[in-house]
Amino acid sequence: MSHTALQPTATIENDLPAPVSNRALMIRRLLRNKLAVAGIAVVLFAFVFSFLGPLLYPTDQMHVDLGSAGLAPGDGHPLGTDAVGFDQLGRMMVGGQVSLVIGLAAGILATMIGSVWGSVAGYAGGWIDAVMMRIVDSGIAIPALFILLVISAITSPNSLTMIVVIAALSWLVPSRLVRAETLSLKQRDYVLTLRGIGGSHWRVVGRHIVPNTVSTLVVNATFQVADAILLVAYVSYLGMGVQAPSTDWGGMLSAGLNAAYSGQWWLILPPGIAIILVVCAFNAIGDGLRDMFDVKGQQ
Amino acid sequence: MEILRFMVKRAGQAVIVVFIVTIIVFLLLHSLPGGPARGVLGIQATPEQLELFNKEQGLDRPLVIQYLDYLGRLLQGNLGESFVLNASVSDLLSQRVPKTLVLSVLSAVVALSIAIPVGLWQAARRNRPADYALTALSFVAYATPVFFLGLVMIIVFTQWFPWLPSQAPQADTVWGIFAEPAALVLPVVTGALGMIAVFSRYMRSSTLDNLSEDYVRTALAKGTSRKVVLRRHVFRNSLTSVVTMLGYYIPVLFGGALVVEQLFNYPGMGLLFWNAAQTPDFPVLLGCVLIISIATVIGSLLADLTQVLIDPRVRESQ
Repeated sequence: MSHTALQPTATIENDLPAPVSNRALMIRRLLRNKLAVAGIAVVLFAFVFSFLGPLLYPTDQMHVDLGSAGLAPGDGHPLGTDAVGFDQLGRMMVGGQVSLVIGLAAGILATMIGSVWGSVAGYAGGWIDAVMMRIVDSGIAIPALFILLVISAITSPNSLTMIVVIAALSWLVPSRLVRAETLSLKQRDYVLTLRGIGGSHWRVVGRHIVPNTVSTLVVNATFQVADAILLVAYVSYLGMGVQAPSTDWGGMLSAGLNAAYSGQWWLILPPGIAIILVVCAFNAIGDGLRDMFDVKGQQ
Repeated sequence: MEILRFMVKRAGQAVIVVFIVTIIVFLLLHSLPGGPARGVLGIQATPEQLELFNKEQGLDRPLVIQYLDYLGRLLQGNLGESFVLNASVSDLLSQRVPKTLVLSVLSAVVALSIAIPVGLWQAARRNRPADYALTALSFVAYATPVFFLGLVMIIVFTQWFPWLPSQAPQADTVWGIFAEPAALVLPVVTGALGMIAVFSRYMRSSTLDNLSEDYVRTALAKGTSRKVVLRRHVFRNSLTSVVTMLGYYIPVLFGGALVVEQLFNYPGMGLLFWNAAQTPDFPVLLGCVLIISIATVIGSLLADLTQVLIDPRVRESQ
């Protein structure tokens, strides 16, 4: 369990200068991983495309324009238009905003909830731990996609509710990981020492246990984001995502379904490929970060 | 004796987990705004009609009472009546679940018979171009949403090359499904791809873990050929951990079935659930989620027990 990632956080406590060389070494290790670098590039591009793209390529994504519906890629519409006349390239941008924001926010929120839950359970031990972990077991047994579908069907979600619901369904795995690390960390000498000289439980968890699980959390958060983007796509594809005229890449696939059967490939290939690329990219970054931190025991 | 105690303890945990699942799912579904009355009766229903419906279905009582009532009936094997379809939930599930099982088991068999050899082959050729290429492929396969893959397959194999039907078998009986093998190809393959990605990765890393074990070095030192070590020692050990993984994979399998069934119009539990979610038909939704949750709990219980039974090293660490 003694990996290099532990050192920087441990020294912050002692007010020593941060060991820059060590961090530089880790970043160099990450950058040597070509897949991870490619992943970072893809994610950056996706964000620039979705958020800055509309400034360079403004399109009307609010009003239907049946006069220019179902146009093939060509003049004025590089990726064609959809069944109600939205420009497909512009739609990829606004759809990307929703997919990326929900995925990123839900992934990070899930990791945060999981880390608090897991560290408290692991640190408390005993029956508190048992109760908290049985709740996690139960949550894992409940199929997330199914529950998400029901909630979406009934509440007609917006981006915010989607973020909260996806996070509420996916914090379970990180909580198990953090608990496992906490169990080993709380037996460390420096934690026992701090307890011995009267440090509070909150100080131990907040200043020593959670910071030391950061490497695990960062790696897991990256995978969580990838999974959240996929989950959003599934729900939207099944027709229960964010409401029109807002959309996301999964919703675009769902909307383009029938037109795609009659040959309008431009309605499904761009969003489908975008989802695959971004999910691959986040997974590649996760793999790279895992190698960088040398975190073990994660898929 | 140790094993027996572990098994009893673990089974006890499983029962508690199923119990908590029923609470979570019930409360979740029933605390959502709108409620089932509006969904079943439509937007034109008058407040009086809504009230009557809630009264008839017992939905106007306190949640705790409703839950205890639900639990009581559940313990007698009664999952309630569908709001929409004129049938009991247990009847619906007993018609639909076997069909979903047929599709899922077929997908899993196809997936494993590809993933296991591929993962083993990759491990034996670790860090060579072929390994990298397959790794990249499994990354892409993992990131491909099932519905997108299915969509592309439908367009390619029913429109560009009209070799296969785009609709899954519609037969009423499980045996009838096999009467249309061509119609099974696309749903089964679509369901299998993501699983191939996950399990080939798992087989690869499990094989690599085993290759670095002492017993491999010993076998090689004794002069056993690399091939025999791989086949006789490493393969067996890796296979057990991969098969165990299956137990934990059940929820993903059902999630995939939901999308595949909706895409190919296959009348299994996934399609039942999807239709019920539109209404929303609460008793059916609850029944489906409960079945999947129980399957998940049993799956991971079996996986844990298998590991303990076949691997003495795990047994000691318990």
